[in-house]
Amino acid sequence: MLERLKRPWPDHRAERALGAVSLLLGVVIVAMIAFVAVRSWPIFQHNGLRWLGGGGDFEAEIARMNAATAHPTAADYQLRAWPLLYGTLLSTAIAVALGIAIAVLASVFIVELAPRRLSRVVIPVVRLLASVPSVIYGLIGILVLVPFVGNHLVSEGDRRSVLGVVQLTGAGLAPTVAILTVMITPIMIALVCEALEAVPPSWKEGAVALGLNPLRAVRAVTLKAIRPAIVAAAVLATARALGEAVMIQMVSGGKTFAPNLDHGVPVFLFEPLRTLASAILDFREGIGSPSLKAAVYSFSLLLLLSAFVLSVGGYLVKLPLRRHQARA
Amino acid sequence: MSAVAVRSGRTGGRRSSPMSWRWSDRLALAAAWLAGLSLCLIAAAIVLYMGYRGIQYLRPGMIFERPQASADQAGSGGFLDPLLGTIVVSAVGIAIALPLAVASAVWITEYGHGGRLSRALARVVESSIEIVAGTPDIVIAIFGLAVFQLPLLAPLSFQAEGGGVFGRSFIAAGAMMSLLALPPLYAATRDGLQAVPAHMREAAFALGKTRITTVRRVLMPSVRSNIATGTTLGISRIVGSTAIVLILLGSTLRIETQGAVPVVNLLRGTGSSLTTYVYENSPAGEGAAPEKAYAAAFVLLVLVLALNVVIERLGRGRRDVISSVI
Repeated sequence: MLERLKRPWPDHRAERALGAVSLLLGVVIVAMIAFVAVRSWPIFQHNGLRWLGGGGDFEAEIARMNAATAHPTAADYQLRAWPLLYGTLLSTAIAVALGIAIAVLASVFIVELAPRRLSRVVIPVVRLLASVPSVIYGLIGILVLVPFVGNHLVSEGDRRSVLGVVQLTGAGLAPTVAILTVMITPIMIALVCEALEAVPPSWKEGAVALGLNPLRAVRAVTLKAIRPAIVAAAVLATARALGEAVMIQMVSGGKTFAPNLDHGVPVFLFEPLRTLASAILDFREGIGSPSLKAAVYSFSLLLLLSAFVLSVGGYLVKLPLRRHQARA
Repeated sequence: MSAVAVRSGRTGGRRSSPMSWRWSDRLALAAAWLAGLSLCLIAAAIVLYMGYRGIQYLRPGMIFERPQASADQAGSGGFLDPLLGTIVVSAVGIAIALPLAVASAVWITEYGHGGRLSRALARVVESSIEIVAGTPDIVIAIFGLAVFQLPLLAPLSFQAEGGGVFGRSFIAAGAMMSLLALPPLYAATRDGLQAVPAHMREAAFALGKTRITTVRRVLMPSVRSNIATGTTLGISRIVGSTAIVLILLGSTLRIETQGAVPVVNLLRGTGSSLTTYVYENSPAGEGAAPEKAYAAAFVLLVLVLALNVVIERLGRGRRDVISSVI
């Protein structure tokens, strides 16, 4: 038996074996969606799609789920998760918007402007920022940034203006978005730089020959050519930002609160929030209660589906780029 | 507008001085420099601050001491167990991810162009890997919990006295970590295989070798450095992941074994990693021992930087260094 295995395999058997191993991955994806969907079913059963909406008291619902017995009643499944969705969308949108601007500027700097010696330093720096573990970002956030915001940026007036509504400790939207931006920018820079390098230099040279200064030529020609890559980078960064749990859980204040623009701009930035991913981490210990477990799985399902949609979207926006590169 | 354009046109080309540009261009130029340099500043600030705190709080003995339960930071010991936990989780994760990733990369580049069916299946595999790469690690962790809490898989994880299945063990965490390591490993192997010139394969076929022998004797040796790069990237992703360890390994700081068989009891047991040690000792966890958190975070950062240097060394001479961050 062993002898037979040791002999070189005929090609068709090797092909089938390798194919079977590869298809395991497809099975994993299907299993992931199936498991998470099945576990979150009770939430859909009792709330329909209304659990995505607002109108409930999220903290009270979670407390009720936590207190529920092993056989929860229908009322124990009551869930309105809009504050989480709002927190997720808000932090992601601001961080991605800031990130795009910084990433495009920094990529132009790296590829077009910086002297060779300097860009050789900046590239490893970008890789370093991308590989710092999120818990280290979180640690710096919770021990340095949050106390700084709490002690120096939040004024007494800010605190008094929302007295009785929410407590401003420094942990909240501002440090979350700041660190999130630093975490997702390197990914975008990698993609944008790659695209910038792939643009034929003759295009820009043509524009310069027509009288544009080098920077304007980059803006008018190079950046226009790589627009799909910028969108793809934003999509990828969005996926990363949506799923960030540990860092956000550490610096966002861990309170279900929807930052409210009506409170004025500086206060809005200091208000705490909770995202879908950080909620999963927050409630991980309560998973013994069936209803809370279903709630946690339904948050996961939402994140999983959005990752799915974003990866399909990323593929679609990259299509014109591929065609253009094939032509170039 | 035309006056400015003509002026910059006259002085344009190589010698064009930013002083002659219109103010909005000068602003954009300044912003680009600012963005590039501030990234460097942020990175330098993180490394220097962590280095300063690390040197302040790290005692060499901490690496060899086991954590102790203590309310006092001075008495809570070191982080030998978390360090070992990180190593065990990485080993399990890579042991699962490596064969999977290499097999699927070989299958897709060498066999995936056959019939219509195999082309379709190859697309399925490729998009699965893309989806895995985009899935947040917290979701992978929650999925792992659902899988390993199945009664069928109970022997693979830590069990309470009464027989309750927690779905937490080094096997569970390592298996889910393999999903993190898989996409970079797969991409590195595939890129390597695609870069092997076709004439090397043709020469092997001309000598009467089968495809699989060609893969083993010709292609594998020539993509070895790509696989090494991919493995290092995978390890650095595993080492940095917190959520999977928090959910699938529990939060016992010490390694607790399960059963009597030497290696198996470790794999079935629970423990912690450097990332969760930092998390638990930070104000976000229970320990509130920031000195210990800083010391362990410093070790973690040094580990990640060392892996980065290895990646750079392995990938030297290849053009795609910057795109390998993801």
